Amino acid sequence: MAREFTPKVITTNHLLSGDAVWFTVDSTWTGDISEAELLEDEAHADLRLLEANAQRDQVTGAYLADAKDGENGPEPVHFREAFRTRGPSNYNHGKQAEV
Amino acid sequence: MYKYNDFDEAFVRERVSQFKGQVDRRIDGSLTEDEFKPFRLMNGLYLQLHAYMLRVAIPYGTLNGGQMRQLAYVAETFDKGYGHFTTRQNIQYNWPKLADVPVILEKLADVEMHAIQTSGNTIRNVTADHFAGAAADEIADPRPIAELLRQWSTDHPEFQALPRKFKIAVSGATNDRAVLRAHDVAVQVVEQDGQRGYRIFVGGGLGRTPMIGKVLRDFLPEADLLPYVEAVVSVWNLLGRRDNKYKARIKITVHEHGIEEISRLVEDRFAEIRPTFSGVDQVILREIEAHFADPTYKTGSTDGFDAYKAANPAFRSWADTNLAAHKNPDYAIVSISLKAHGATPGDASADQMRMMAELAEKYGHDELRISHEQNVILPYVHKSDLPEIYNALRGVELATANIGLISDIIACPGMDYCALATARSIPIAQEIATRFDELKLEHEVGPLKIKISGCINACGHHHVGHIGILGLDRAGVENYQITLGGDHTEDAAIGERAGPGFSADEIIPAIERLVLGYLDIRRDADETFIQAFRRLGAQPFKDALYPEKAARNAA
Repeated sequence: MAREFTPKVITTNHLLSGDAVWFTVDSTWTGDISEAELLEDEAHADLRLLEANAQRDQVTGAYLADAKDGENGPEPVHFREAFRTRGPSNYNHGKQAEV
Repeated sequence: MYKYNDFDEAFVRERVSQFKGQVDRRIDGSLTEDEFKPFRLMNGLYLQLHAYMLRVAIPYGTLNGGQMRQLAYVAETFDKGYGHFTTRQNIQYNWPKLADVPVILEKLADVEMHAIQTSGNTIRNVTADHFAGAAADEIADPRPIAELLRQWSTDHPEFQALPRKFKIAVSGATNDRAVLRAHDVAVQVVEQDGQRGYRIFVGGGLGRTPMIGKVLRDFLPEADLLPYVEAVVSVWNLLGRRDNKYKARIKITVHEHGIEEISRLVEDRFAEIRPTFSGVDQVILREIEAHFADPTYKTGSTDGFDAYKAANPAFRSWADTNLAAHKNPDYAIVSISLKAHGATPGDASADQMRMMAELAEKYGHDELRISHEQNVILPYVHKSDLPEIYNALRGVELATANIGLISDIIACPGMDYCALATARSIPIAQEIATRFDELKLEHEVGPLKIKISGCINACGHHHVGHIGILGLDRAGVENYQITLGGDHTEDAAIGERAGPGFSADEIIPAIERLVLGYLDIRRDADETFIQAFRRLGAQPFKDALYPEKAARNAA
């Protein structure tokens, strides 16, 4: 039996701002993980990663990060990815300050 | 202080203009990220979790008021109003935008600063004793040789693609304040039979495989410094392992081949290249030395200092903790703590930077230092000026009297910023400092070095902390491992792991148990934490950390 595929989102940093961004169904980049495309099939995920990395004048190197389906859309699984959705804990800087 | 000559100026400007072209080509899409990355790293530009990070070199930790003011300007204009001083005496900006970076580098070049070789597999910024030139226990100011090494290593064609990064530290004192034995190569100025020379250490380093540096040459004549260091780097450049980045540092090369074999290879290489050094390096060194002449010391009574100290307990506490002995008895070395309780270790706001710049210009012979312990130093202050300095620092929350105490914590940026981190460091440092401030125990506990790293790369020097804390990712949860008995001085030692790690919630109470446990077992108030540890061994400290296990063993 094939091992179960953990759902993923495609994420990276925006080229100009360095801000954490996620890849959407429309092949655009969003600063909000809940608007990202949740990839539940491995082959589709690999294909989408190629498409994401083709936008090389938009972003730096994209990668697949584990995610889960939350109430409002994809949510991070690992704490590192969760920090990327917020910003640092010592100052109210980054995404958490933009809300 | 060293002043750029025409060559330095032209080189730095040229590099800024090259990098501007590279950034332009990256933005218009003609360079891919993979193509661009080596260029940005050569110029100190990293990509972190939330943004780019620019690491600016502060060679051997020395800067003047104008440079500090410019760092404040960059922080305010291109970043979020602050900068982070690091354990390698650099400053990092956490939020620059890519297109602004060439402009920032231009602004830095205006004050003879740059970000060259602050990253990549090259010889990095040479670090130095932060009391260099001022310390009472010093044989000679080591900064002229640090500057010589900087000039020699900058863009050195043989050493632009080393197996891994290479870090050099220098000191001219008997007390090691530059963590010499944790560097790839360290140079200590020594005297033998009235002759000045250098003791050379090799193969120290922290990180995944911590090693204490070994003496490679006990006494190297002054004129042999550059060819000898070049021989060391050259031997390692050929021998160092490029197959495995975790085994690439010179500490592993020395460990695998043995110090005798390395010494033999270095001596052979040295014999080969020594004749090619015509002595021009020594001519340049003499020129550099002139830049580091002592300031024209102010004379005058220091009675005002003594009287103010007697009358003002808060000032007295600060003076007792934050001042160090100067070679001129009427002067003091002031350590400005960037560790206000609850603040981020090493961070300074633009306002704070400007105040420190002003104090340096007004009272400190226009000189500042950054310490590897992430504090700022005014190395030349006449004692009569100390009350004014103290009051000015108080106004910008920089008068915390905690140098060398439990809240004077080294902490790397950790997972709040760093892409390599496995856990956060900053909040742990903030909470420990806040907790011991609440307990009002800091001064009773006395000298104690806590050092925190957010991953095994050990930028926070946890291995050489009396108490080291290493943040790890254990099955998707932050976990903190404690090491005990490390030492960063001339008695350098790698701390030993105390036992199982603690969760983020458990780590502060664990540190509290450990420190209270020390207070119970120390011989008297004069026996420091590290002295008690050396006398008693790790066990009683482990018992304090793991009381349940201790109780089981006792039963």
